[in-house]
Amino acid sequence: MIAIVDYGVGNLFSLKSSLDAIGVESVVTSDAAVLRSADKILLPGVGAFEDAAKKLRDSGLAALIQELAEAGKPLLGICLGMQLLFEKSYEYGVHEGLGLIPGNVRPIRDVIPQDYKIPHIGWNALHFRGECPVFRYLKEGDCVYFVHSFYAADCDDSVTATAEYGAELTAAVARGNVYGCQFHPEKSGNVGLSILKAFAEL
Amino acid sequence: MITKRIIPCLDVKNGRVVKGVNFAGLQDVSSPVTLAKFYSDCGADELVFYDITASSDGRKLFTEILCETAKNVFIPLTVGGGINTVEDFDRVLKCGADKVSVNSGAIRNPELIRQAAKRYGDQCVVLSADIKRVDGGFRVFAKGGREDTGMEAISWIKKCVAMGAGEIVVNSIDTDGVKGGFDIPMLDAVCSAVSVPVIASGGAGKIDDFITLFQTLPKVDAGLAASIFHFGEVKIRDLKMEMAKNNIPTRL
Repeated sequence: MIAIVDYGVGNLFSLKSSLDAIGVESVVTSDAAVLRSADKILLPGVGAFEDAAKKLRDSGLAALIQELAEAGKPLLGICLGMQLLFEKSYEYGVHEGLGLIPGNVRPIRDVIPQDYKIPHIGWNALHFRGECPVFRYLKEGDCVYFVHSFYAADCDDSVTATAEYGAELTAAVARGNVYGCQFHPEKSGNVGLSILKAFAEL
Repeated sequence: MITKRIIPCLDVKNGRVVKGVNFAGLQDVSSPVTLAKFYSDCGADELVFYDITASSDGRKLFTEILCETAKNVFIPLTVGGGINTVEDFDRVLKCGADKVSVNSGAIRNPELIRQAAKRYGDQCVVLSADIKRVDGGFRVFAKGGREDTGMEAISWIKKCVAMGAGEIVVNSIDTDGVKGGFDIPMLDAVCSAVSVPVIASGGAGKIDDFITLFQTLPKVDAGLAASIFHFGEVKIRDLKMEMAKNNIPTRL
């Protein structure tokens, strides 16, 4: 059973529906006991980093997720949920993340040409670096749906996929049992569903 | 490389897709859920559901249909029609919509854009503008293109972007329904004025119209159409193959 962490940011309807559609049992929860008993954890998120990080900390979920991830439970962060896995974000100030993967979250604007639009929104091709079990059903160049204005930087060792948008942007990361996707698998058609399926099968 | 998006638009009234839909092999062609799934399987990059219901019963039916669609279709969904308040945003986002498009509601109350962008983020707020040439200038029309607001279109769009609209749908009333191609001069004017994604709407009649659009105006991010997809005059698969052949970045 996969626990989808509910910490009051964003809408979890589509994520839950996508897991239902591939026959994976899941529960949307903020209950520590449920999270402890789950096989795997999905950390979603949309909106501002500072607000999301604060909600995770204030609810005690940050410490619990850190503990469970360090104990080896598979964890997948999606979009802002991926960014929260890092040490720090420079989104309107400097904010602390969960620190599960070394690296920082920085504005896309710093690395792309001026005439590129922000946010990076739409379907973009994935370019893989090495092998990652959550991408075992994908092939080089498969497209997924992105919506973001910040990206994971200073994390070269953990990058498993990138997307080209005037610069090579981090699209996915992995470090041991901790995984992250900058894009939205639950909005990326069959390609996205197969990523969730692969995660569920870990 | 980011791909150009192809977006079919479905008008929904009392829970059914209006405008005739003609597809061999589809049993219930006026079911929004069936049609949405069909388009998603054909390679549509995104879907727009436009609620043209007037009654509250119809609106309730629309949100049910939306939920059902979001349970079965896993590509981005944009919802428009009858969006007048932040509560309307809330209602459709809870049912699985990813973006919400505002038109007349924003003309009546531009603050709606600021309020919605603040709560849900710029990427969630789509400004849909119905534009027509009047006295040599671009004019914004309201109420489904029936009423001249007197507002100059480019300054209206700039104002909305400044308030938080994260994407613009430019619907040219001049080319809409003519099937003679997208309104390139109008789209060029909008693309030059703003730095958010621009979606072209109104005028597509054949595959070549999309090729011309993306080749002439590389700044346009997406092409939207309704009846030519519904009637099968343009098949999304064929369109995307043709885009790829012309080196237009597309998701196959």
